[in-house]
Amino acid sequence: MDFRGSEQPAPAAGPRSEDALPATAAAAVKVVIVGGFGVGKTTLVGSVSEIRPLTTEETMTQAGVGVDDTAGIGDKTSTTVAMDFGRISINEELVLYLFGTPGQERFWFLWRGLFEGALGAVVLVDTRRLEVSFDVIGRLEERGVPFVVAVNSFPDTPGYPVDELRAALDLPEAVPIVMCDARERASSRDVLMTLMRYLQTLATTREAS
Amino acid sequence: MSDAGGRDWEDSPERLYVITGGRSGSSVPATLDLVTLIMARSGPKPGMQPEHAAIIRLCDAPLSVAEISAYTGLPVSVVTVLIGDLLAGNRVVARAPVPPARLPDRALIEAVIDGLQRL
Repeated sequence: MDFRGSEQPAPAAGPRSEDALPATAAAAVKVVIVGGFGVGKTTLVGSVSEIRPLTTEETMTQAGVGVDDTAGIGDKTSTTVAMDFGRISINEELVLYLFGTPGQERFWFLWRGLFEGALGAVVLVDTRRLEVSFDVIGRLEERGVPFVVAVNSFPDTPGYPVDELRAALDLPEAVPIVMCDARERASSRDVLMTLMRYLQTLATTREAS
Repeated sequence: MSDAGGRDWEDSPERLYVITGGRSGSSVPATLDLVTLIMARSGPKPGMQPEHAAIIRLCDAPLSVAEISAYTGLPVSVVTVLIGDLLAGNRVVARAPVPPARLPDRALIEAVIDGLQRL
């Protein structure tokens, strides 16, 4: 995820034939990976995705421009914001998409419905810059989006006990915290698994109440 | 509007404005999500707007709105307008994502867990 100027590489012509979904693919679900710049969102998506991560774009000016409002169309001040995503085929019918989005809420509105209908979110955290995660966690709680916290390990990451992290992030006891290496497929898969197990617990609790 | 030429035109607001006839994503039914799967009913027809034809060719197999945006290099707000046209013209079918009201659905979560375990 980054800002881009108007110079962009030519988009690929289409999916490779081996990347095509079966015609039986009937529904998709999504998980959002939220984190600050450089925390490893695209790395995590890429390590576990069955396709090379793709980039979808939106322009900042369009989000606020009305249908008939052509004012300002001629100037070149629009900013393109990119969001990387990947895909995992769950079975013949169900597909899981992973979207990596920056922590700033103003970007979330660019992609209408990014969080609506999402199964949940992974807050990817770099302990060297813990403060950028405070706002993200608050916003997700406000929106009622279930999430887990994944701590991406960098070589110079200071090791924190989970209890200290939980206190520092002011996280409820129920919200799982998991350590990961976003470069490793198995580790990234475990992060998603942690989220799913947590969602399973929430669903079970809800059914029981 | 000035007549922008060359490379700038490719990504310019003017071009996106022309492709959609000035419509923005807000005029599209809210049913199109980033992960709505789109599949073509048949091949492109001669005389179609090139962007419409490109989407139909891409959707030979089911493809999400996000992937269509990525492969066409068009913003999601533009792609949803174009897909809206194709839906209205009965050129493609849309397979809606699992509706938010059903979440978190336990059977769905368990299916995802099974799928992840096989990775």
